[in-house]
Amino acid sequence: MKIRLNIGAISEPLQSEQFKTGDWGTEWSFVDREKCTACRVCEQFCPDGCIEVKEIEGKEVAVVDHNYCKGCGVCASVCRYGAIKMELKELFKVDVC
Amino acid sequence: MRFFGRGHGACPGCGLAIAVRNILEALEGKCFVVNPTGCLEIISSQYGRNAWGVPYIHPLFDNAAAVACGISEALKVLGREDEGEVVVLAGDGATADIGLTLHGMFDRNHDVIYICLDNEAYQNTGHQQSALTPLGEATTTTPAGKLMLGKIGRKKDMVAIALAHGSPYVATSSAVLPADIRRKVKKAAKIEGAKYIQIHCPCVTGWGIDGKDVVKVGNLAIETALYPIVEFENGKLLTVRKVKERKPVEEYLKIQRRFRHLFTSPEGRKVIEEIQKIADENALRYGIDLKK
Ligand SMILES: Cc1ncc(C[n+]2csc(CCOP(=O)(O)OP(=O)(O)O)c2C)c(N)n1
Ligand code: SF4
Ligand code: SF4
Ligand code: SF4
Ligand SMILES: [Mg+2]
Repeated sequence: MKIRLNIGAISEPLQSEQFKTGDWGTEWSFVDREKCTACRVCEQFCPDGCIEVKEIEGKEVAVVDHNYCKGCGVCASVCRYGAIKMELKELFKVDVC
Repeated sequence: MRFFGRGHGACPGCGLAIAVRNILEALEGKCFVVNPTGCLEIISSQYGRNAWGVPYIHPLFDNAAAVACGISEALKVLGREDEGEVVVLAGDGATADIGLTLHGMFDRNHDVIYICLDNEAYQNTGHQQSALTPLGEATTTTPAGKLMLGKIGRKKDMVAIALAHGSPYVATSSAVLPADIRRKVKKAAKIEGAKYIQIHCPCVTGWGIDGKDVVKVGNLAIETALYPIVEFENGKLLTVRKVKERKPVEEYLKIQRRFRHLFTSPEGRKVIEEIQKIADENALRYGIDLKK
């Protein structure tokens, strides 16, 4: 007799990608394509894997996916070429009187 | 191919997430991850929210090493060793306190890479002290007040413990050194036996730092010699990350909320002196200062 036992829960890979963490932070990072040298340092440092070097209009540059970017600023702190700026989201640009 | 998915639940700027991504990249996803309870498990393995793109198992808090040994032996019996490395990714609490069952893994020298993601406290449960919490850190179980100035005693020397077991490869690294992590993990993968790598992982929430300062804080831990970056093969010291001009420990301590109480009293100043002594001892022990 064979008994089939399933112990614990089994999940599909990469299900987390359905959860868009881009709305977590108050800021997003933006890359200056002129300054970016495609060195990939930011790619290695992003805790969320959402800044990646891609080919755009024949040039390799870092691209941020704002669907996931939590605005931590780690990438901006490691870019040696000053190519990454953190910017407040429109939503938070309020005038305080 | 992604090995660690986006959309995971780590705090913005989490050092542990940086380390994990680089470990998996180094192994090109060819691994079986064993991850006991802790931040990493919570941010990546809630049911229906799995962030892993590699085989992953969540054991108990205390038995990750034992489970990893079992997987490693099973792969041998099945003739499937080539499918990947068995890698434990455990917190400092899981490694140095509750999961110290890793002695068995070292004793029998199972083919496992045991990686401790050292964020210096039980972060997942809200910042309690562990054996790897450094001297003077305020945690919820070592609160700073009139009678106590944070954690009493030093970090447990897990590197020395692994070496005492005769582990073939023992190293430390930091989440702020992705290239160093990749090199050491790749090297460990080539060596047979029970390997130990301890990675310093800045924790924005527990340490009270801003995401923008994660890399600065991680680097200062190295530049002050509070976190020596070393590598041993068969018990012999192979490499040490040298420091040109060692910085005083104050520079590291003053930018983190977990140490700020040390700057407000003469007793706190004494603790800072003690911490400086630890840094000086580390520098001497490993020859961290670059000779002029
Ligand atoms: C046997 C047992 N004791 C206590 C707990 C509760 N617990 C879950 S995670 C955790 C802290 C984990 O700390 P650490 O290993 O340092 O990982 P971190 O969350 O800091 O990454 C604790 C105490 C548990 N799950 N099992
Ligand atoms: S670190 Fe800066 S220069 Fe390098 S790829 Fe990223 S944005 Fe470009
Ligand atoms: S701000 Fe943080 S999450 Fe966003 S791309 Fe930079 S490192 Fe990644
Ligand atoms: S509490 Fe610390 S270790 Fe845990 S997810 Fe947040 S930053 Fe990372
Ligand atoms: Mg911890």
